[in-house]
Amino acid sequence: MDFQLSESQRALQDAARKYARDVVRPKAPHYDETSDFPKDLISAAFELGLLNMAIPSEYNGVGLTHLEQVIVCEELAWGCAGVATSLIANDLANLPIILSGTDDQKKRLLAPFGEKLKLSCFCLTEPAAGSDVAAMGTTARREGDEYVLNGSKCFITNAGYADQFTVFATLDKGKKHKGITCFVVEGRPQGLTTGKHENKMGQRASNTTTVTFDEVRVPAKNRIGEEGEGFKIAMATLDNSRPLTASISIGIARAALEHSLEYSAQRQTMGKPIREHQAVQFMLAEMAMNTHAARLLTYESAQVLDEGQRNTLQSSYAKCFAADMAMKVATDAVQVFGGYGYMKDYPVEKLMRDAKLIQVYEGTSQVQRLVIAKELFR
Amino acid sequence: MKILVTAKRVEDPESKIKVKPDGSDIVKEGLKYKINPFDEIGVEEGLRLAAKHTGEVVVVSIGGKEVQEQLRHALAMGANRAIWVNHTGPLDQLGIAGLLQKVAEKEKPDIVLLGKQSIDDDQNQVGQYLAEFLGWGQATFASKVESLESDQEKNKVPAVVLSADKKSVQVVREVDNGLATLEVQLPAVVTTDLRLNQPRYASLPGIMKAKSKPIEELTPAGLGVDVAPKIQVLKLASPPARKAGIKVPDVATLVEKLHNEAKVV
Amino acid sequence: MSIVLIVAEQQPDGNLRKASLNAIAAGKQLADKSGGELHLVLLSKDPSKLAEELKGSGAKVIHTAAAPELEHYLAETYAPVVAGLAQELKATFVGAASTAQGKDLLPRVAARLKAAMATDITAINGSGADITFTRPMWAGNVFAEVKLTTPVQVLSIRATEFAPVAGAGASAEVKSFQPKLEASKTKFVSFNEVKSARPELTEASVVVSGGRGTKGDFKEVEALADLLGAAVGASRAVCDAGWVPNDLQVGQTGKVVAPKLYIAAGISGAIQHLAGMKSSKTIVAINKDPEAPIFQVADYGLVDDLFKVLPALREGIQKLK
Repeated sequence: MDFQLSESQRALQDAARKYARDVVRPKAPHYDETSDFPKDLISAAFELGLLNMAIPSEYNGVGLTHLEQVIVCEELAWGCAGVATSLIANDLANLPIILSGTDDQKKRLLAPFGEKLKLSCFCLTEPAAGSDVAAMGTTARREGDEYVLNGSKCFITNAGYADQFTVFATLDKGKKHKGITCFVVEGRPQGLTTGKHENKMGQRASNTTTVTFDEVRVPAKNRIGEEGEGFKIAMATLDNSRPLTASISIGIARAALEHSLEYSAQRQTMGKPIREHQAVQFMLAEMAMNTHAARLLTYESAQVLDEGQRNTLQSSYAKCFAADMAMKVATDAVQVFGGYGYMKDYPVEKLMRDAKLIQVYEGTSQVQRLVIAKELFR
Repeated sequence: MKILVTAKRVEDPESKIKVKPDGSDIVKEGLKYKINPFDEIGVEEGLRLAAKHTGEVVVVSIGGKEVQEQLRHALAMGANRAIWVNHTGPLDQLGIAGLLQKVAEKEKPDIVLLGKQSIDDDQNQVGQYLAEFLGWGQATFASKVESLESDQEKNKVPAVVLSADKKSVQVVREVDNGLATLEVQLPAVVTTDLRLNQPRYASLPGIMKAKSKPIEELTPAGLGVDVAPKIQVLKLASPPARKAGIKVPDVATLVEKLHNEAKVV
Repeated sequence: MSIVLIVAEQQPDGNLRKASLNAIAAGKQLADKSGGELHLVLLSKDPSKLAEELKGSGAKVIHTAAAPELEHYLAETYAPVVAGLAQELKATFVGAASTAQGKDLLPRVAARLKAAMATDITAINGSGADITFTRPMWAGNVFAEVKLTTPVQVLSIRATEFAPVAGAGASAEVKSFQPKLEASKTKFVSFNEVKSARPELTEASVVVSGGRGTKGDFKEVEALADLLGAAVGASRAVCDAGWVPNDLQVGQTGKVVAPKLYIAAGISGAIQHLAGMKSSKTIVAINKDPEAPIFQVADYGLVDDLFKVLPALREGIQKLK
């Protein structure tokens, strides 16, 4: 066990931190306010290799280890959680191909992401099938060497701007999760439409829309894995991505802590800076302690993957703890700022809104607890 | 075209420097280290020159094993290879320039690009010493007039301009009361000022590639340079603190204080 | 007998750079402390006018070299001449003001003389053979006492720390010498002077500086400066944004100033900026943010909008006059 980051891990962290500090932070309030799509920030991230971190280098990707990815992702989220979510959405959508694609599929469907800026989105959630994936209503039927997709997905990150869609659909609803199959839709073929951008509470820089499939034809060569393997692929993908969503929580919490430390040193009450009051010190200490605990859980969950082990338990620990922690830390930051914290002129209320989403997306905090319990009973 | 650039390891300019109570050194615990910002500007200018004139950028640093971090940073920015002069212990500007002279004689670059000063010693000497030791021309404090957001910046054009016959460079220098332009025959030493360019960020693929770029190790003994320091740092001290001032409530009070107390208006 | 040789600097317009008077004062102090005598050297196309001006500066001898090649300063032409003279005189110390020229030239001279050098010295300590120098490091956050152990010692002098020599005193002997000129690999192309009707920043006794708080509108800063006969300065952020010319920048990486009165308007006071002005005698800070670090060094702080304060301040000062 080594708790020190290596020289190259620090270099990656530094590069991401510079981007977050100099490129993202100055624009973050604007994109939070307008909820416009941060195209310029995403282009800059692409130039710096902060997009497609998970694609292996032999397929034109950056090819970071999972641990390196979470180190980088914390910095991105420290800059702006909405932007971080947009950036890692590409990896989330491409993970099924990375994990279960053939060499031909990786060459065709992953390598172009290294050539020019392309966005991809992960289409799993449906209006009536969120945590309950097996209730999926989007269907696929085979016609010759094609599949035809019908149905609709919701809350899909980046969908409004995506050039590629990773879609989960069922070949036979009766088979429940055993009917689910994974497909990659390239471009925006006839019958594929995206809805209006959702007006979200937080992470407003990330684009979120519905995606509707009306007789959308996908070549059979774009089916990832075998028929009926979709559920397994989706779960493996989420095992891989949970450390990343956990690291977004850590980035938010760290930002909240830093703002609180700075503000509490300046703001005076009863003749001294508020951080000299024990009540405030207790809050700051809890914030720091929990942020660090979440980071260690997250590093471990990524390291286990890097060692080639299954990390379902560790990644649920990390995601669940980090998400709940970030919500608490961001709420406490607003408390430290008092009335000012509730105002949009100060940066902490955004962190509180941003944090809430992580308790909800990619498996709610309740679902994570179910996963943990199930793992404990194995 | 070959360009030799330097990458000194210095304390992060944003860190707070404190002197140890006995004045023997600064407090090193908890400090972060970076490439000297002026050297980073030199690396950037070197990369722009190399991109424009198809050249190679070689980065050199002197120090213990830890300076490899700064070399890797320059490699991640795009430098082709690195030279590490392995030396621990005190070193002054004469010693640094002596070592760089030997490295330059070995590498035979067209241009050596260095920061005008390093933000730890703030001596502003090495480039000039080096130019004299090598018998080369020098252009210190290379600058440029365009603002950072200019088109030139966006297009990443080098501010140091190579002549048509590629035998000299033209450099705009930041000097007192204006800008001086010099033409220096190659090979030459150029030192960088703050506004020469805005260094690029290291990209993640750049960082990954830097891991496999070569770092050659040299030693002062191997280069035949005696680096025994000729500058003895006897004692460090914090600057005298200014006596605490006062806040005045309004302009009238300010004028009154400036007139009657400070007697400056 | 140790000889202290100070290079006096001629500006492109033919006048003496004022910082040279401070450097000569430091040279005099060094000569007194080390038990030696002060010599000056002047290089130019025609140094006679300046030699005349400096006769009463306390130097024993003023060495002048005139040559057309010396018209435009170049380190490569000046360094051999200065080093050659230093060797001939067996000078122990060679120095000049820490101007752009001094900083460019002196290390090259030192290299010729195999001498160690101290940059930006702010004090001369000790006596006889045991002289040490104080100089800033880490952007002025640390002051180091250093000893140079080479037979010849070279130093650049921070002008603000030494009061300039006055005109009176013994008359110096002016000696012209034949400069040993060497072929230069460097050619002077042009000099673009940034002209200003206001005094030079490093020489002004009052400086009014504007920061980010001006949002690029320097009218009020300039109006107050003109009323006080002051130079205009700026923070790095303002120069980087292209709002004012770069050579107005006060700070570690810009100009180091120490006027009698320094007025900082809308400047937060980054360490970098403070390093360039905290030796000023009286500092006034005007900033909307009561927590701005500039207030920690200010003698008089006023928390308010500079666009309200500066006109009122002008009016108040005018009433005094």
